[in-house]
Amino acid sequence: MESKQQVISKLRQELLQWEGYKPPVAGQRGVLGLGELEQVFPNKIFPKNCVHELVCATTEQAAASGGFISGILSLLMQQGGVCVWIGRAHRLFAPGLAAFGVQPHQVIFISLQKDKDALWVMEEALKCPGLTAVVCELRQMDFKQSQRFQRAVENSRVTGFVLRNAGKLSSTASAARWQVQPLPSTDLGGLPGLGFLRWQVDLLKVRNGQTGRFQLEWQEKRFVPVEEIRIEERQVG
Amino acid sequence: MQKRFMSIWFRHLLTDGLARRRPELKDLPFVLAAPVKNRIIITASSPLAEREGAFVGMAVADARAAFAELVVIDEVPGQATKLLRLIGLGCIRYTPIVSLDVDGLLLDISGCAHLWGGERGYLTEIVLKLRAAGFDARAAIADTPGAAWAVARFAQKKPIVPSNSQAEALAGLPPAALRLEPESLELLKKLGFRNIQPLLQTAPQALRRRFGQQMLLRIDQALGRVEEYREALVPPVPYIERLPCLEPIRTAPGIEIAMEKLLEMLCLRLQSEGLGVRKAILKCHRIDGRKVQVGITTTKGSHSVSHLLRLFKLQIDKIEPALGIELFVLETPNVEEMDTVQEQLWAEAKGLADNSLAELLDRIAGKVGAHTIQRFLPSENHWPERSIKLATSLSEQPQTTWPELPRPIRLINPPEIIEVMALVPDHPPKLFVHQGKRHDIAKADGPERIGREWWQDSGEHRDYYILEDSEGCRYWVYRSGHYDSADAQWYLHGYFA
Repeated sequence: MESKQQVISKLRQELLQWEGYKPPVAGQRGVLGLGELEQVFPNKIFPKNCVHELVCATTEQAAASGGFISGILSLLMQQGGVCVWIGRAHRLFAPGLAAFGVQPHQVIFISLQKDKDALWVMEEALKCPGLTAVVCELRQMDFKQSQRFQRAVENSRVTGFVLRNAGKLSSTASAARWQVQPLPSTDLGGLPGLGFLRWQVDLLKVRNGQTGRFQLEWQEKRFVPVEEIRIEERQVG
Repeated sequence: MQKRFMSIWFRHLLTDGLARRRPELKDLPFVLAAPVKNRIIITASSPLAEREGAFVGMAVADARAAFAELVVIDEVPGQATKLLRLIGLGCIRYTPIVSLDVDGLLLDISGCAHLWGGERGYLTEIVLKLRAAGFDARAAIADTPGAAWAVARFAQKKPIVPSNSQAEALAGLPPAALRLEPESLELLKKLGFRNIQPLLQTAPQALRRRFGQQMLLRIDQALGRVEEYREALVPPVPYIERLPCLEPIRTAPGIEIAMEKLLEMLCLRLQSEGLGVRKAILKCHRIDGRKVQVGITTTKGSHSVSHLLRLFKLQIDKIEPALGIELFVLETPNVEEMDTVQEQLWAEAKGLADNSLAELLDRIAGKVGAHTIQRFLPSENHWPERSIKLATSLSEQPQTTWPELPRPIRLINPPEIIEVMALVPDHPPKLFVHQGKRHDIAKADGPERIGREWWQDSGEHRDYYILEDSEGCRYWVYRSGHYDSADAQWYLHGYFA
């Protein structure tokens, strides 16, 4: 006789499967390497075939979000994939991506002024199975549009990121809503200058998961949770 | 493939053409005449008139003196070319490549003759057709245009020259069969050359000394040692499809069906030949006589109906059908050879070479313009604005490595002026004000000096600092010029993540 807990978790698994979340295949590493942060998602795996929404209130936050996405892209594009980055002209600086382990020449930039065009291009790109990820900078995104993105992504298995202004935050069909804010870096053993890039990552909404607040650092081309650093420091101290 | 040419000679082109239009002239001896140097000279003579002794080049007065009933008609200038053009267009049913001569036609019949049961049947068919139309035509087939020309005009029999035997066929013909200048012919006559045979045996140097390079060229062309190029009457557009419509098409779905049908026909052909479309134009002929056209281009050759149809569908709203379209013509001015890739069962390889990516970019270029798509490569240049260059193609690989030094993820272009408090020379600022907001600096790295490329432009160098303010936001700022110079100015140039 199964206990109540087991039945509920089994039913949860089934619900997730109907919604398109697949449990990790045995022998295949579905984990992306975000550490603690990945635990909040369904099946404890960063959902790849979904659209993620990043809210940027200021230009500094937009830059931080750009860096954070680049970090995730480098993990997604390890097998030489290609990414399409849709944004307004000459905002993103290609050599800046190299620091996050992304080959900037593997990224195709599409510079558009109008949101209308950007939405069309984003949807077309999300349908393209030859891509690994699509990033789009938008001013606004409504529920209908996010649903269209989600539907496009389901067949092609492309990861979508939408960088949007923090204007009117209505509900959307995205898998998660993130907010990335820069945090002051810590000095490295008393050396002058800047330390590793550090962010506060807020998961404002996660479909079928929990929300949370995390602090991450970008060290040597990988994400390191700040908790770990603190523990290490305590052990050393 | 062995090339074969057919030359057609019209002995009485102008008079035959006129007799066709005015049948009452058929049984009359008549000539066409035009004034040359104050004399009226015969330019064309009908067979009956020739029998009476009126030949081309005679003065009309002389001919009339010998034969009083001669009918003289004024020649219309350019009539010969017009007639040849018409006949040539009619000959396109026999071969697609027809070119004009002065008094005849030249047909490239390579690979066409078997449709009429061999070269003999082909030749008979054409000559009989032309004779039935009233033209006194003679034709010959050979490996080279020169040999065919010579045999059609000067040989008495054997109009079909077997492959690689031009020399034997030409040997017995007079030197005029080589298409030479009148002066050379005159000289040859004086020297006693009655046929071509001795010319072929004479050393080329001797011929060049006396007759010039032209003669050697003509001999080589006739024998097939030198290729001869001619302009085709209808330049071949290799990949073209037509779709006439019974009823004029006025709706978008109708146009779409037409596009699909045309593309299906075209792509089937391209696929069998291993080619792909780079550029295609759809011309729509409307019933009001106007023509509208739309075009597509692709980044990579494609013969996929679905892909090309999607590209054309994006253009449908640019086609204005007005009262209706009665004929669609699909032309492909630019095709390219495609790597014949075996269809993959598992599309594993994602990358820049992926087909679906090329198709996506084609669609984007068709909708919002090709200038919006950019891919950057590193350029060997430290100046930030010039450290990247646009890639010209999807397959272009970087020639150098990406910079190792920290670079911002977002760049402000052009840089924005900031107010700065920097107390010590060559130390980072303590605070800066950008757009009215004050940022207190907690940590800083720098300076990184980037000198201007004096051979490209003049101006001050830049000292870059990476700054982190008390809230943790990271900036890339620079001072243009030295700290103590009067026109030193601080700028914000980018944001770090």
